[in-house]
Amino acid sequence: MTIADERTVPSTAADKAGGSGLGRYVLVRFLLIIPTVFILVTLVFFLMRVVGDPISASVGGRLTPDQLAERLAAAGYDRPVVVQYVEYLGQIFTGNFGRTLTDNREISEILLSYGTATFELVLFSLVVALAVGIPLGRIAAYRRDQLPDAVLRVFAILCYATPVFFAGLLLKLVFSVWLGWFPLGGRAEPNTQLILDRIAGSSGINILDALRTGRWDLISDVLSHAVLPAVALGLLTAGVFLRLVRTNLIGTLGMDYVDAARSRGVPESRLLRKHAYKPALIPIITVMGMQIAMMMGGAILTETTFEWRGLGFQLAQYLGSRDFVAVQGIVALLAVIVAVTNFVVDVLAALIDPRVRY
Amino acid sequence: MSTTPEPVLPGAAAHEARWKRLPVVWQLRRSVGLQRGMLVAGLVICAAFVLMAVLAPLLAPYDSNQLSGPDGNFPRQAPPSAQFWWGTTVGGYDVFSRVLWGAQTALLTVVLAVVASIFLGIVLGLVSGYLGGWLDRVLVTVADAIYAFPSLLLAIVVSIIISGGQSSFFGGITAAAISITVVFVPQYFRVVRAETVRLKAEAFVESARVLGASTPRILSRHVLRNATRSLPLIVTLNASEAILTLAGLGFLGFGINPTAAAEWGYDLNRAISDVASGIWWTGVFPGAAIVLLVLGVTLVGESLNDLSDPRLRIRRRLPRRVAPATKGAA
Repeated sequence: MTIADERTVPSTAADKAGGSGLGRYVLVRFLLIIPTVFILVTLVFFLMRVVGDPISASVGGRLTPDQLAERLAAAGYDRPVVVQYVEYLGQIFTGNFGRTLTDNREISEILLSYGTATFELVLFSLVVALAVGIPLGRIAAYRRDQLPDAVLRVFAILCYATPVFFAGLLLKLVFSVWLGWFPLGGRAEPNTQLILDRIAGSSGINILDALRTGRWDLISDVLSHAVLPAVALGLLTAGVFLRLVRTNLIGTLGMDYVDAARSRGVPESRLLRKHAYKPALIPIITVMGMQIAMMMGGAILTETTFEWRGLGFQLAQYLGSRDFVAVQGIVALLAVIVAVTNFVVDVLAALIDPRVRY
Repeated sequence: MSTTPEPVLPGAAAHEARWKRLPVVWQLRRSVGLQRGMLVAGLVICAAFVLMAVLAPLLAPYDSNQLSGPDGNFPRQAPPSAQFWWGTTVGGYDVFSRVLWGAQTALLTVVLAVVASIFLGIVLGLVSGYLGGWLDRVLVTVADAIYAFPSLLLAIVVSIIISGGQSSFFGGITAAAISITVVFVPQYFRVVRAETVRLKAEAFVESARVLGASTPRILSRHVLRNATRSLPLIVTLNASEAILTLAGLGFLGFGINPTAAAEWGYDLNRAISDVASGIWWTGVFPGAAIVLLVLGVTLVGESLNDLSDPRLRIRRRLPRRVAPATKGAA
């Protein structure tokens, strides 16, 4: 997640020797999801219970002790913590993450209605991150220790050093207030959103729905809303990709096989393009998995900045209203999402790179 | 993690004065060109912020929570002027003063968090790596799970527990520091543990054991010093992440109460709504402070990283090109 990761990346899953093929690796890696999710859910549960119960936290001050006790008993919070914990685990296992206190909604329903928005944001940001990070990283590696490299490295550090909400604030200030090119916030104009939601089989992912209608005005509206949030969140990751590509490319350029190719008279540009470039890209896939976790954190901040109504935005709302059942539910859910994403990414990496396996 | 022989004469390092061998000083003296420039720039920025934090009581024209002066209440959202150099916020605070005081909050939190996570990380890493067994497995699994999780989310959960969200100056700083600590312990733990596991098999540890040294003694005398060599690097990388996490917490309203201390993240949160009406000074200055401080710390970290890696270090002009020392680690 930090810069320190760069060079340790490709070895992630390589130490499990003695396996008997990809299938086995996928299975083992899949089973590893369980302890990860279990630990996080347990951790969050007990941490949250240390404070007390969520009902006193959210409405405690406004009720008499009797009313409070009644509410507590009704919700089952007066029983021993261990009993509650076992019950909670059972619920999560069956996909029931509980109900929010403030507006009494299913947590899983919140995921369905807002998760798509977050997914869309993360997707757009990944596009920005890859489109900016990879080519610039290539330039930095090729012009190593020269002026372009120095400038790009400072750029990469700046990407990392700028909190997404400050980047968002600056982008809003310059591009929507001063220049008026893009809207201030939201996912689409209210009208557009209405049309998109009414489409039969609406996926909730605005850009997909807009593309299905084929109406240019809808597509451009959705895209123009997405530009600033995607750039704010994408630049954060772009810096990581830039550094990653640079470091790995420098590493592969120093490899024996590249030297061998050079001595055979392969031109320098072709060396970079064909020989050194591809192996340097593979770690990106692994790091992308780690970045998903970071992007989830970034998404909370980006969504709050741009009023992008996704999971993170909702989480911030519930945090504000001290609805800790909702917070616990969403955090547990994000734990599952992060664990599953990491699994998918690791499998992808194993499929693509024969060195990272078993 | 492999170490290569330094390109200096054998024994040269031993004759240097002790202070010249301190982590940052040592690298500074060996660096050249661009890398030296980056390191120096980073150090200068960091020093400026430390000065700012220490001298805030002298430099800041107003207190961090001051709302009125001798001639009545401060105006709200006033643009920069002679009286308020960087304008005032929506709450009527002086932006310039808040940015200065904010340096204090940020540095205190980061120092607390980094010290606490180094201490815990080293102890857990040493014990877990050296003793092994089920304790090791449990700790590694837990650390990996925490490491994979969005750090900001975890910090939010922890800060809810500690402070219920908002609190006083020291309460808030400790809460934020502990939240950040929980997130960062796994990183130190992983590094120290990996080194410990490697060192455990080294001959000098084995001979100490054969000689009958106790486990605490082996750990403190023989393993600790060798396992913590790469830590200065992680400290700088972590410090920058800690600043960002603190700002993120503040931005979401889980930082320090605005009347108790100035916190850049909180000020930025309040500035978001100002932007729509074109008020730029409430957000730009605290934001720029975060960026600059993180930039400074990261520049130091990046340079240390490069200097510790033989593939990336720019060498002083040597008579002949030396082939890269480590390969395959890519």
